[in-house]
Amino acid sequence: MPNKPPVIQLRGVAKRYGYGDATVHALRGPDGRDGTPLGVSLDIAEGDFVAVMGSSGSGKSTLMNILGCLDVPSSGRYLLDGIDVGHLDEHQLSLVRNRKIGFIFQSFNLVPRTTALAQVELPLAYAGVRAAERRRRALAALDRVGLAERAGHKPNELSGGQQQRVAVARALVTAPAMLLADEPTGNLDSRSTDEVLTIIEGLNRTGRTVVLITHEDEVAQRAKRVIRLVDGAIASDVRQDAPQGVAV
Amino acid sequence: MIVWQMLRFAFGGLAANKVRSALTMLGVLIGVAAVILLLAVGNGSSVAVKNSITALGTNSLTVSSSNLRGSATAAKPLTVKDAKALAEAQAPAIKSVAPVVTTSGTALYGDISHAPGSIVGTYPAYFETANQKVAKGDYFSNDDVLNSRKVAVIGSTTATQLFATEDPVGKRIVVGGTPFTVTGVLQTKGSSGFNDPDDVVIAPLPTVQNAFTGFGSVNQILVQASSADATTEAQAEISRVLLGAHAIADPAKADFRISNQTSLLTARESTTKTFTVLLGAVAAISLLVGGIGITNIMLVTVTERTREIGIRKALGAPRVAILGQFLTESTLLSVIGAGLGVAAGLLGARFTIVGITPVVIPESVVGAFAIAVAIGLFFGSYPANRAAALRPIDALRHE
Repeated sequence: MPNKPPVIQLRGVAKRYGYGDATVHALRGPDGRDGTPLGVSLDIAEGDFVAVMGSSGSGKSTLMNILGCLDVPSSGRYLLDGIDVGHLDEHQLSLVRNRKIGFIFQSFNLVPRTTALAQVELPLAYAGVRAAERRRRALAALDRVGLAERAGHKPNELSGGQQQRVAVARALVTAPAMLLADEPTGNLDSRSTDEVLTIIEGLNRTGRTVVLITHEDEVAQRAKRVIRLVDGAIASDVRQDAPQGVAV
Repeated sequence: MIVWQMLRFAFGGLAANKVRSALTMLGVLIGVAAVILLLAVGNGSSVAVKNSITALGTNSLTVSSSNLRGSATAAKPLTVKDAKALAEAQAPAIKSVAPVVTTSGTALYGDISHAPGSIVGTYPAYFETANQKVAKGDYFSNDDVLNSRKVAVIGSTTATQLFATEDPVGKRIVVGGTPFTVTGVLQTKGSSGFNDPDDVVIAPLPTVQNAFTGFGSVNQILVQASSADATTEAQAEISRVLLGAHAIADPAKADFRISNQTSLLTARESTTKTFTVLLGAVAAISLLVGGIGITNIMLVTVTERTREIGIRKALGAPRVAILGQFLTESTLLSVIGAGLGVAAGLLGARFTIVGITPVVIPESVVGAFAIAVAIGLFFGSYPANRAAALRPIDALRHE
């Protein structure tokens, strides 16, 4: 992997809310010599599986929003797959979200009253993929998460674990550069947690870059690299070469 | 393909809240139906007036005595002599003259009794001037007038009342004690107002004068101008002849009035136009209210589905896709509502409303539909824009 450029390059990225004395640094990085925040710098290589940990208020959600192009940093540069996201307008950002990022949310965030198949087709529909191709790829993605036979079910007819697996299928169907999972197991029981994590691990094993945000150690242990955030700065960045029970 | 997708999303959105969607459509439906129906009613009454103008005969003038207030020098009543003067005068614009007396009475046929709306005594010229045509039998002739024959032409209503299905021609009826032979039945003119023009008995002038009114004055003199364009000229000629006959020097002191039926009815027509415009305005307001209903419900929908919008944006939905989805939804509401409104309006126009047969104006149907659709687009654009402008991060956080 050292030959390939990193999928994610953060250079001095900071996020501030408010103005003047009321300014809050949600993401600040280490302080410089004169005490001003330098911002977070971070590289994530292709095919990596990174867990971002931190207590609430540590800035992990802000980092996730910036990584997912849902929010823009106040300062610093963010290169996703070689593209400087900071210079993109709203339409281009929506294209980046569509092509480069697959989201998995804590609360599943499925579109209500829509069948699993249609959910998974949705990002492809916005990408302008033809109906037949869309259907083929969506079914393949659903098969990947083991829900091919549930394609016609609506969210309220699926269990939590199944809903999250539909969300995973939806995230991977566009073959994005990065899967961005925000506490994907936060609302799941231990069995569903294991199912979903196993699927994510499997995706990573086939080369998909995964960034997973969590506050659970058991979840983080399955990643290859664990980054801990404290007060908006990286406190530790540990590579764990042999995740428990999973061969890399 | 993306359009097809938007339509599917929009239908899904509407189907999710069926009652709400249906009620919003109802607002548009009522608006569109009201526009079509009320304009049709207004138009219907104006058409009725137009028809009665044609029925009256566009080139007829009515001369009547104007001794309304008891002036010191009592106005000379109109007489048959005046009519003769008009008929014999050098007046090229006057085509024919018919003095008219009207009275009332009861007509009997066998043991059936009926009181016709009016009993008219006149000359045969009356028929042409008043645009009265016989459907069966014949008019009475000048010869009948000269000989004071007891013959009569009756209106279609009178005929039905007295004879039902029997053929009245040649039958004898008794009017006010005088027996008349029916020579003809008039064509139905249709009611144009409060009195039925078809409920009438028309007989030769001297016969009616002899039996009812006496040989004094006549009620009116009906004058037919040589053409519809010559009515003004004819009016001047009548004025000149009668002033001479009554020996009045000052035209301002004329003791008669000349009224032009057409101008009266034109005035009535302009009244019905005002009426139509007012009705249309009321209907347009209800259409506007329907449009505001769309905005209202779409705002609620957008707020309710903020999270869904966030998800779609996170999945890479461009601004246009969100805008399109909600705009399609609001336009669907108005298109379906307007479609049903057109159907309701056209259906309603098949019934007679307060005595007026509505006549649908085709432009109003197209116009109301187009305006309703435009209203859907216009009133839907504000909520749709709000949805499209939502930042994905805020939308996703929305609970």
